[in-house]
Parts: sequence; C-alpha cells; structure tokens
Amino acid sequence: MSSTSQTAKAGGGRLAALTTWIDDRFPMTALWKSQVSEYYAPKNMNFWYYFGSLAMLVLVIQILTGIFLTMNYKPSAADAFGSVEYIMRDVEWGWLIRYMHSTGASFFFIVVYLHMFRALLYGSYQKPRELLWIFGMLIYFVLMGLAFFGYLLPWGNMSYWGAQVIVSLFGAVPVVGDSLMEWIRGDYYISDITLNRFFALHVIALPLVLVFLVIAHLMALHEVGSNNPDGVEIKKVKGPDGIPLDGIAFHPYYTVKDLIGVGVFLILFSLVIFYAPTMGGYFLEHANFEPANPLQTPPHIAPVWYFTPYYAILRAVPDKSLGALLMGAAVVLFVFLPWLDRGKVKSIRYRGPLFKFFLAAFTISFLALGFLGLQPATPLYTNLARLFSVVYFAYFLLMPWYSSVDKTKPVPTRVTYHAH
Amino acid sequence: MTEEVDTGRRHFLTVATIATGAVGAAFVAVPFLASWKPSARAKAMGAPVEIDIDKLEPGGIVKVEWRGKAIYVLHRTPEMLKQVNAVVDQLRDPQSAESEQPDFAKNDARALKPEYLVLVGVCTHLGCAPLDKLTPGDATVSADWQGGFFCPCHGSKFDISGRVFKDVPAPTNLPVPPYRFLSDTRILIGAEAEKA
Repeated sequence: MSSTSQTAKAGGGRLAALTTWIDDRFPMTALWKSQVSEYYAPKNMNFWYYFGSLAMLVLVIQILTGIFLTMNYKPSAADAFGSVEYIMRDVEWGWLIRYMHSTGASFFFIVVYLHMFRALLYGSYQKPRELLWIFGMLIYFVLMGLAFFGYLLPWGNMSYWGAQVIVSLFGAVPVVGDSLMEWIRGDYYISDITLNRFFALHVIALPLVLVFLVIAHLMALHEVGSNNPDGVEIKKVKGPDGIPLDGIAFHPYYTVKDLIGVGVFLILFSLVIFYAPTMGGYFLEHANFEPANPLQTPPHIAPVWYFTPYYAILRAVPDKSLGALLMGAAVVLFVFLPWLDRGKVKSIRYRGPLFKFFLAAFTISFLALGFLGLQPATPLYTNLARLFSVVYFAYFLLMPWYSSVDKTKPVPTRVTYHAH
Repeated sequence: MTEEVDTGRRHFLTVATIATGAVGAAFVAVPFLASWKPSARAKAMGAPVEIDIDKLEPGGIVKVEWRGKAIYVLHRTPEMLKQVNAVVDQLRDPQSAESEQPDFAKNDARALKPEYLVLVGVCTHLGCAPLDKLTPGDATVSADWQGGFFCPCHGSKFDISGRVFKDVPAPTNLPVPPYRFLSDTRILIGAEAEKA
C-alpha cells in the first residue's frame, strides 16, 4: 500500500481513500475541478444560456431511445415499416420510446436553433471563439445528416420521397452527378440497399462523430470561457486569487440553474409526447403513415419543419444547379460569421441600429422561409420566398459593411448585474 | 560519423513515411468506397422489363416499374398528337437537345411510334412523379392548359410529349428510357434495338 492512500484513509474514511486511489491512476478530481467545480462562468448569463445544456440533455435522450429502438427495428424495405408499427403497437412501452425519439428530433432542432440565435445576439462567434463556433456548426451539419438519414428509416411514403428529393440534389453536380447519386443510393433508385446503409450511418457513424464534436465543442468552450449577454471578457478583470471577479463556479451555481431549465423543458417535452406527438403533422408527417411507394408521390412534399427555410430557398430559384448551390450556401455561410462580422462590440446591447435592423430582418426571413417551405409552391409564395431569400443572404453578405460602419455604444469593463 | 542530428535526412524520412502511409490509406479506402456502388445483385435486378400494350385503349396510360422508377406508356389519340406542335414556342427544350433520351426520340413526338409515348415518370427537378393531366383546360393546372404532365411537388409542367415548359423549376424534358418493340403489342423497357 502506498503512503498517499494511507494518509487519506486516516483523514477521510473509505470514500476519500477510494478517491485518492483513483486520482493516483486517473485525473478524476482534477477533471471535475477544471471542467465543473472550478470552471468560472460569467454571473450574468440569462435565459438564452439554458439551451447548451438542454441540447446535451436531448442528445442523451436520443442516444438512449435510439438504442432501444434498434432492438426492435428492422432496416429492410420489406420489414422496416412493419417493424415501426410493431414497436408502436406490440412492444411494451414501444410507443413511448418511439415518440420520445421522434419528438426529440424536433426538440433537438428547436433547442439548437435557439442556442445558435443566442450566439447571433451576443456575438458569441467572435474572436476568440471562432473555433468554438465552427465546432458548433459542424455539430449542426452532423445533426442535419442524422435527421435526414433517420427520416428514411420508418420507410413511409414521405420518408421515401423526401430521400428521393434530397439525393436528387447531388444530380446537380456537373459531369459526375448521375454516378454520384447511384453511389449514394447503391442502386438505381432509393431501395432496400439505400435504407440499409442509411441505417448504418444513422445509428453508428454519425452519432460517433457527433459525440466527438460535442466533446471538442466543450473543450473549446472551457479553453476560451463562456461569453455573456454583455459580450465582456470576464478574464480581463481578475481578483487576487486569479479568479475572474464576474465569474462564478459552474457547479453548483449553473448546474442548479440548468436543472430548472431541464425541469421546464421536460414538462414541455412530455406535453408534446403525450398530447400531440405528431404536432398536427409537423413533427410526424401524415403522408408517412403509409408505406413507401416508388410509383406514388405524396401530393405535397415538404421536409420536416426544421429544414423548410432552406427548402424554401431551393424552391425559390428557377434553376436546379443554382438552387442547390444557394441552398448549400444558406447553410454554410454561418461558418464564416466570425470573419464577416467586423463589429468591435459583441453584444446586441451595445451594437448600433444597423446591426439590430439586419438581425431582425434575418430572423423574420428565417421564420418566413420556414413557413413558406411548408406551403405549396404558388406564384405568390414563390415570389415571397425570393424576397425573403434576398434578405437572408443580405444579412451575411452585407455584414462586413454594416457591422463596421455601425454606431456602437461604449462597452463597460464589468458585466451588468443586479442581485435578485 | 558526426554527433549532430542530420535534420535534412530526418525531415526527408518523415515526409517519405507520411507519403507512403497516405498512399497506403488511399488504396485501403478504395474497397470501402467501392462497396457503396450498386452490387451485382442490384445490377441484375435492373435488367429490362417487358410489357404488353394490347389492351391499352387510345387515351389510356399504363404505369410500370423499371429500376424502381415509374415508366409511363401513353397511347396517344390523334387529337393529342395534333397538340404536339401547338405549344412549341412555350417550351424550354423543344428539340430535346439538353434532355435525356435515345436518339430515336429527339423529335416532336419523342417516340419510336408517335402514338405510343414512353416516358420515365420522374420529374427532372427533384424526382417526384408527375401527374398525367391529359385533358386540355384542366382547371387543376391552369385555364389555358393544353394537356400534358404536371408535377405537384414544385409545379413543373410538361407537354403531351413530356417536354418541359419555360419558367418552371425542372431543367429538362422528362427522360425517355431506352426501349424497343418486340412485336406490335409488346414493348421491352430498358434496352434499345441493336444498331444495324
């Protein structure tokens, strides 16, 4: 027995001895301190800061329910639709696990969109948080991939035709478009082969990548420190103990705060699962309650709500290649925000009227495009989608101009905080 | 022998090792990437299909499946054939220059025998199945509709030969699959006649 564990035994009993035994072999206490109990976050974080921890919660829900769904789901064209019905009707509590997973998908996007909007409000993507933002965007892309691959798995008719439409986008690639589509599908059409590989991507490949990216996102966050609603770097003003004066320990202060968020979230989540699991066709589309039929397109194809802003942009462009290109650009442009934004202040609290105007216009456009993407493509709606697409892109492409000429307010050296 | 480290040699060996490893990794990637291509079974199941059009009345349309795609066979009436030339100035690609079809279908009728139109029922925009709206003036399309095909997904319109109209999202005409007549009443979809 080593001398360190003997001292611990004398001082703090068996548990302390075990802790020391582990710490001699694995940095358990050191990790807990550096990442949680001695990670200092700004004391003025507000409502918008719930959504990071909530995204983690939904990730856990999705992984857990997903594992249990694979125990009864069969990834083949002949069995997939039936096995989902089997889960819904015959497996004990199968309906609950399945509704948790399908509702979780929509809630994942609600939470992530609010989390991203927070970054736009408070300039959380600005220096020194560029990499943190890029990891976040990669998480968003992987999430979109997961949602797309997962959507084919129930093998309903909307699953089938949704996958058909998205895979067809790759046909817009010059020269190799057709063989690229064949390569993705592994067949001349969306078939059993396609379903099987989408299953593999959905349940193992992308979740692994996602978990690694979340770890990278958190490591980058804890390296640079959290931003806050004032956009003030709290590390600039430290006390004699080296701790930021405006910082409070993540645990217990924010773990307790986040628990309230978790409680409210779970209430809303449960209300949807138990009383509106299809959300009137927005979370689970009605056309998906009949099996995939390669010969019968549903009368109105729309992706699930979280993709509709981009889908509206795709439809608004009368040229296939350009439409696909602009849709891709609409997603990817977020990555470049740290370099498009030339503003000297981070938070909307100290930004000028131009920035506020463009952010408001962008937010309205995003929501409007989301609505239009759900509607049939009438001439009026198409023209509206074109208008909002222009505003959407203006937010990004004009940002170097309006963020640099904007009249900003002076930023305080300390965060604004009122004790309750 | 010198005591100093030969950094040039060390650098060369490092780069050479990385390069060799990268080439090896590229070779190993080939089988994994190639495993995504259509398998031998998928290729075999994509073989041509035969259909019987003996009972297809004039004005009637039959839909069969080939390679998971809907193939439309429309028995056109003389009235329909007259409309083939009616809307040419409103079409994006009336001569089928940019579209996908066997050489024999690069004409107004887009067919081997004008009365039988064979089309792939997959919209060239994003792969939905166009609806047959064969009645002129069909109010579900537009008041001046001449009869043809209409995609409900994004509103693309095609004439009675499957040629795309201007100002719709679909870029090209509906494809014509390779096919040939085995007899007057039997069509083989998926293979053209041998070139003489």
